[in-house]
This record gives sequence, structure tokens and C-alpha cells, in this order.
Amino acid sequence: MAETKTIAPKEGPGTQFWNWLTETQVWTSVFRHGRPDSDRNRVLVMLSNVFLHLHPVRIRKSGVKLRYTWCMGGLSFFLFLVLTFTGLLLMFYYRPTLEYAYSDIIGLREHVPLGIMREMHRWGAHAMVITVWLHMFRVFMTGSYKPPREFNWSVGVIMLVLTLLLSFTGYLLPWDQLAIWAITVGSNMARATPFLGYEGPGAQLLRLGDVPLIHAYDDARFALLGGSFVGEGALLRFYVLHCVGLPLGIAVLMAVHFWRVRKDGGISGPL
Amino acid sequence: MADETKPEGTATAPAPSPAPAAPAAAAHAAKPAAPRPPAAPVPDLAGKTTSVASPGGAAAAKPAPAAAAKAATRDADDTSPLLNRRAWMGLAWGAFSAASAAALAATGRFMFPNVLNEPPQQFKAGFPNEYGLGVDERWKEKFGIWLVRISDENVEPHGSGFYALFTICTHLGCTPNYLSAENKFKCPCHGSGYRLTGVNFEGPAPRPLERAKISLADDGQILVDKSRKFQYELGQWTDPDAFLKA
Repeated sequence: MAETKTIAPKEGPGTQFWNWLTETQVWTSVFRHGRPDSDRNRVLVMLSNVFLHLHPVRIRKSGVKLRYTWCMGGLSFFLFLVLTFTGLLLMFYYRPTLEYAYSDIIGLREHVPLGIMREMHRWGAHAMVITVWLHMFRVFMTGSYKPPREFNWSVGVIMLVLTLLLSFTGYLLPWDQLAIWAITVGSNMARATPFLGYEGPGAQLLRLGDVPLIHAYDDARFALLGGSFVGEGALLRFYVLHCVGLPLGIAVLMAVHFWRVRKDGGISGPL
Repeated sequence: MADETKPEGTATAPAPSPAPAAPAAAAHAAKPAAPRPPAAPVPDLAGKTTSVASPGGAAAAKPAPAAAAKAATRDADDTSPLLNRRAWMGLAWGAFSAASAAALAATGRFMFPNVLNEPPQQFKAGFPNEYGLGVDERWKEKFGIWLVRISDENVEPHGSGFYALFTICTHLGCTPNYLSAENKFKCPCHGSGYRLTGVNFEGPAPRPLERAKISLADDGQILVDKSRKFQYELGQWTDPDAFLKA
């Protein structure tokens, strides 16, 4: 009696290559799990990846329902990443000095290849303010600020302030008339701070005998501008705040914000 | 005999152990304590550190004098720590907090620059006979000052002479324009209007333009000092430094 041999169909070259690739030492050292075709592997994909492990392995169906979430929080984060990337590219061609700031911005449009990087950055900034506001509105309308989520709401409010400050500091960098006067007007508010502003209430009380401790060259506005008016000091300070200081702060708060959403059971779900 | 160096955590130590422990404890203790009476209650060492236990079992019976004696004198053979754990942790945290506070203060001071690249606050504005009556704009761009010469006795309490106006609108800080045809200063930002004296009369400006200190330098030139300002609404325009008679 002859045995019937089952001959498996020979795998195509693509599959063969893939099978070889995923068993190389390099691959198995980078990816310590198989394809996400089993529940175990699906969990491992998220847990063994530093970028992904802030995400949950599973989410509720309501989490992707646009009518529930509007996806404005996610859009804000996406725009933040776009702004970070376009901002980084802009930094290769922009010098924050009185001599070069204005002409470098013009150069970004006229001389730099793909001359819409500055526009993309600016539109992204406008869009991010809008999406952040819509996100806040959605959270309010769905009551997602109620206990135990009050702290996350407060973190979100601080992030709103930081977003607006990022817009404010970035506005000065083109160093045109619009920028200088907007920041002059805005920073003049700082001199009216109680006690810390030289034109504010209580500033006259802070003096050692005859020597005033708070004056035009030594108050909150002076520290913000690095000078008594919006000049080279303000330009450099705002540049550093805009590119490094505020993004670091808002990134840390984003981590806290996302972590809190996860800890409270994931997005768009009951407690 | 190694047992004697450890604190007896439980209160129920066997009765015979204090007797052979006495000579070992005496050799080990800070001061030769009196041999413990065998029937004496075992010192309750639960929760105590070794530094309390090592001066000898007498410490439990006579805590006050033992503690005072321990603080005052310290035998050469005493290997107990100088600071107990709580004191050390307090010192460490205190030092860390102090260092952190100092670092924070230094960072704050760092934000106030010592050197500024700004135009000087005082400047010489030429001789009085170089000026005609009315508003002079020659120093507006460089120093942000209008030099105004008047001669009408009725306008100013001081009579004829000079005063220096800051070119900063009191609304939100823009630079007004001098409209000679309309005999006023007008701010392009939000429309604040000022008379030649600096008094606001239209638009959102809440108060008049400020005047700078003006005087005559030694060589006879007009000297303007922007570091001192005079505000009308505070009654400061009558100050002699705010007006140069000429």
C-alpha cells in the first residue's frame, strides 16, 4: 500500500525572506516577540516597546468613537509633534540675534528648499491652540473632569497655559513690527504684578531704607525680558523658552496627563 | 558570649543569663556598671537601639542619670555611634534642602543680567538756541524723547522753556506720532490723543505722557535724564527738574 505524501506548497520567495529575516540575531535582539497573532504577542508588542508602553494593550470601542471623544486631545498631541519637528528644522536656519532674526525668517521662505516650513509651523501653532480649546470643551461637556479626574483637569489647564505661552514666545521670534509691539504690550503686564512689578501695588513697600528693591531694572518684567525693553535680551530669552524650556515642561505634563487617563480606566470609558 | 553584644529583643530573657552576662557586660560597657542583681527585671530593649543598650543594663533601671552621664563623658572604648539614626537623617536632609534652596536662589539671580546693551539713559541734546518753538523730533528715534519748547506764560506755570516727553503711549506702550497740522500727538495703535503738553484728551490713554528730567549741563547744553520720570497725575510736573527755563 503506497503512502500518500502530503507535499506542502513551497513558500514564495517573499515569505521565505521574511522568515529568514525575523530569525536573524539582529531582528530577534530588537523585537523580542513574535508577530501579534496571539494575545500574548499582542501584549508583548506594547509592553516591550518604550514608545508604545504608555498605551494600553486594549481599548474600549468607545475609545475610538469620534462622536464621543472628538479626538481633539490626540490631534493636539499630533500637532505638538508636528510643531516640534518643523520647529527643529527651522532652527537650522534661524539665528536669534537682532542682526539676523528678521532676514533669516525671510530666508526660510525665499532661499531654503521647500520654503513653507515657517508657514507650516505657524499654521500648526494656530491649529494646536484651536484643538486644545476644543479638547477642553469636549472634556467639559462629557463631564470628564469630575472626581477622581479633577487633578488631570488641572494638569490640562496648566498645559493650556503652557500652549499659550509657547505661542506668545514664538510670536516674538520673527522680530517684525507685529512681534515687537505684541510682546511689548504683553510684557508690560508683568510690571503691574503685585510686589514683583515696579508699577504694581506693594512694590514701594519692598525697600531697604532708601534703596528700592523693585524698580524698572529689577522686577519680574526685567527678568522676563532680560532688559528694560524688548531688545536682544528678550529675543534670546524667548527663543530659549520657546525651543527648550516650555517644550520640556509641556512634555513632562503630557506624560502625566496621558498616564492619568490610563490609570483612570482609559479614554472614553466609565469609571 | 556574643549574645551579650546584641540587644535582647524579647522581654522574656532567661533568668540565669544576667549572672554570667555581668562580667562580659562590665568589660564591654561604657562604664563599669554595678553587676546586675540576678533577680532584677530584664531591661526592656524592645525597639531600642544598641547605643542605649550598650552602656549596660543599669541604663534601663536608671535612665536619667545614665543618659546624662552618657552625654557628658564618652569613654575611649565606646563604639556607639556619635549621632543616632534620626539625628543623622535629619542632618542629611537638612543639608540637602539647604543646598537645593541655595541652588534655586542662584538660578533665580542668574536670570537678572548684570550687563545691558541698551542706549544710555542720559544724553546731551544740544544748545537751547538750536531749538525753535514747538515739538522737536530729532531725538525721537534714538532716545525716545520729544523736546518741546514753549514760550507762553499761560500754558505752563514756569513760563517759557523746555520739557522732554517720553514717546511711550500710556495706554499700552506704542510710539505715538506727532501730527503738527492737528497740533497733537496721536498713537497709531488704538488712537490715544495727547495735547502738546502731554495731557491725554482722547482715546483709551488713562493718563498723560510722562516727562523726563531736563536740566542744563555744565557746558550749556540741554541734558535729558530718562532715568527720572515725572507724571502729571501725581502732581510731579511742578517739580523744577521737570522743566528747563530758557
